[in-house]
Amino acid sequence: MSDVAERVKKIVIEHLGVDAEKVVDNANFIEDLGADSLDTVELVMAFEEEFSVEIPDDAAETIVTVGDAVKFLEKATAA
Amino acid sequence: MRRVVVTGLGMVSPLACGVEPTWSRLIAGRSAARLIEGFDTSDLACKVAMQIPRGDGSDGTFNPDDWMEPKEQRKVDDFIIYAMAAATQALADAKWKPVSYEDQIKTGVLIGSGIGGLVGIAETAVILKEKGARRVSPFFIPGRLINLAGGYVSIQHGLKGPNHAVVTACSTGAHAIGDAARLIALEDAEVMVAGGAESAISRIGIAGFSACKALSTNFNDRPTQASRPYDKDRDGFVMGEGAGCVVLESYEHAKARGAQIYAEIIGYGMSGDAYHITAPDPSGDGAFRAMTTAVKRAGISPSEIDYINAHGTSTPLGDEIELQAVQRVVGDGADTLSMSSTKSAIGHLLGAAGAVEAIFSILAMRDHIVPPTLNLDNISVETRIDLVPHQARKRKVDCVLSNSFGFGGTNACLIFRRAN
Repeated sequence: MSDVAERVKKIVIEHLGVDAEKVVDNANFIEDLGADSLDTVELVMAFEEEFSVEIPDDAAETIVTVGDAVKFLEKATAA
Repeated sequence: MRRVVVTGLGMVSPLACGVEPTWSRLIAGRSAARLIEGFDTSDLACKVAMQIPRGDGSDGTFNPDDWMEPKEQRKVDDFIIYAMAAATQALADAKWKPVSYEDQIKTGVLIGSGIGGLVGIAETAVILKEKGARRVSPFFIPGRLINLAGGYVSIQHGLKGPNHAVVTACSTGAHAIGDAARLIALEDAEVMVAGGAESAISRIGIAGFSACKALSTNFNDRPTQASRPYDKDRDGFVMGEGAGCVVLESYEHAKARGAQIYAEIIGYGMSGDAYHITAPDPSGDGAFRAMTTAVKRAGISPSEIDYINAHGTSTPLGDEIELQAVQRVVGDGADTLSMSSTKSAIGHLLGAAGAVEAIFSILAMRDHIVPPTLNLDNISVETRIDLVPHQARKRKVDCVLSNSFGFGGTNACLIFRRAN
């Protein structure tokens, strides 16, 4: 697992209070991990803070799974 | 109007988490006061408070995980977690678990707070200034709003009846119980979870009340002596925190399901001082009218009141004004009346005070024992009323009154009687 993926999963586990084994790449924050719309806003903020990047609202809307977040952040931090 | 009874009790107090452990420590004469822990007090005039004893939940300690999931706790200020604990205890005590839609829609909630999420507001203001608007949490607003205590309780327990909240400073808890009883009496609900919650012990909270010259500052080296209502050396209140909730129910509903009945709420009186934003009216007129209105509503003679749980905050002005107002209300009944301030043991719980103290009044009646006024070494003014100094006292208690007065000149008074 990449360093980015590990840090993303740690944030998801902490913020959503879910078991680590549920936090897989294709897990949908809302449908699989019990997040509501406010939780997803907070998650994006936590990603921004952790990775020192800015995630614009239109990009945030495309981040619906753990894998989406990892992919976005790997790209953003590689740049 | 319909009769309304109390069928469940719950609380988190600085003495303990839970009604029975708090009550036994209160009766034993224990004080919850100590030096403030958890934040810097070096520049604060008052360094004493009565904080919730946190722990793993054993021996009366408060373990937030017992009452709310950790991921939810992160989103809210402590007053909401305290309210969840007190409400959950009260519903369990009442053995009322609304599961069917019919039961859910007749059960409501009315929990208030004096200040609500003060700590979260202060912390978020710093984030906004230092990191900007994009770092303000989506849970900032819902985790600080006063009615979210009741909101969370309603979601947790499926309470779909009236969903209301009260904000009247230190009268909040009493107003919540009185107003909730009215909702039942007027048939808006059959069952109500009612009370107050507060978590204002923080740098900003202590600094703010210190600026109002409301807090004790002379006893930083002797914390357990700082709260001393009616004593001539009193110099201000000691801040407490926590929550109290009761389950109120129509008499018919409680009887029909065979519920235990602690007491009947027979009187509720309200008034305004229209005098000053923080100082009580020296004439005590507002306090007097709140009490006489409650007595009139109760349809009793003032001499029937056996015990008064006083507002008695240990401030230089307020205690004597209340005492004189009580004397005016009860007249010769003063000779047979006991009145104490439990703020001497748990501090001033602000918006939770009226609810927690109503519960103490009800327990005084249940056990025929009146809790003490700690640290009352030298009374500042003569009175014929027994102020129960130092030690709890066994005596007949069949009718009780609880007073609450708040900033803004808001007064509330509740009267309970043993239910027949």
